[in-house]
Amino acid sequence: MNQIPEIIRVVPVNHYVLLASVIFSIGILGVLTRKNAIIIFMSVELMLNAVNLLFVVFSAYKSDPAGQVFVFFIMAIAAAEVAVGLAIIVMIYRRMRTTDVSLLNSLKG
Amino acid sequence: MVLNLFYFLSFLAILSAIMVVVSKNPIHSVLYLILTFFTLSGHYFTLNAQFIGVVNLIVYAGAIMVLFLFTIMFLNLKDDAFTGSRVWFNLSAVLLVLVFAGILVVKIIPAQIGVASEMEFNSQIGMVENLGTTLFQHFLVPFELVSVLFLSAMVGAVMLGRREKGEKNF
Repeated sequence: MNQIPEIIRVVPVNHYVLLASVIFSIGILGVLTRKNAIIIFMSVELMLNAVNLLFVVFSAYKSDPAGQVFVFFIMAIAAAEVAVGLAIIVMIYRRMRTTDVSLLNSLKG
Repeated sequence: MVLNLFYFLSFLAILSAIMVVVSKNPIHSVLYLILTFFTLSGHYFTLNAQFIGVVNLIVYAGAIMVLFLFTIMFLNLKDDAFTGSRVWFNLSAVLLVLVFAGILVVKIIPAQIGVASEMEFNSQIGMVENLGTTLFQHFLVPFELVSVLFLSAMVGAVMLGRREKGEKNF
């Protein structure tokens, strides 16, 4: 229907998938190693963005708008998640005076 | 030219993503995360997904990151990067992630992924008109459900953030 843009002809899909995998792995690393609850949240955002990138890439390469609509939904859900999550972090800080997740062990027997 | 742009944006995205995880000060993490979002938006623009790129900038780099910055400002956090006593835990986490990433890389590099042919390709996919048509024709029910989700998230955030009885200060 239209001419395929240069980047889609030059760059293979695999490169984008690799980029998204690397960003996702970095996000996992952040969730596992950091103790500050806010930075853990940021790492989760990183993982969500890696998935968004994948959706957009496949949508562009397969010429299907449904992928980009899904990115839209993911963004909306991420916004709701951040609002509630940060409210919870603020509440934890009020009670414990810290956001260090390794100190939140009152459920331990 | 366009290949160089791709590698430049990818390099910057990976570098700033690593800096998000390793920087000691949470404010630096937020700033690097904003840089990551900018590079990802650059990728969206080059992929002809202009609308998603702009929305990514407005929603993520604009709204969500401001929320993060405000929370960090409120809480007055101390630096607490990789503090000791969890050395083995951190090492095993790094090992686990390396194995995970290795499996992904090994499987992705030889994969054959189909691409739209010249005949069925439409470069106007990422425009508002096309996305809106798809959203309101095929995804109307999820769209309405998201509004319900937003309402409940808003109520939840307000309820959680409210001052409790007998609490003197923040």
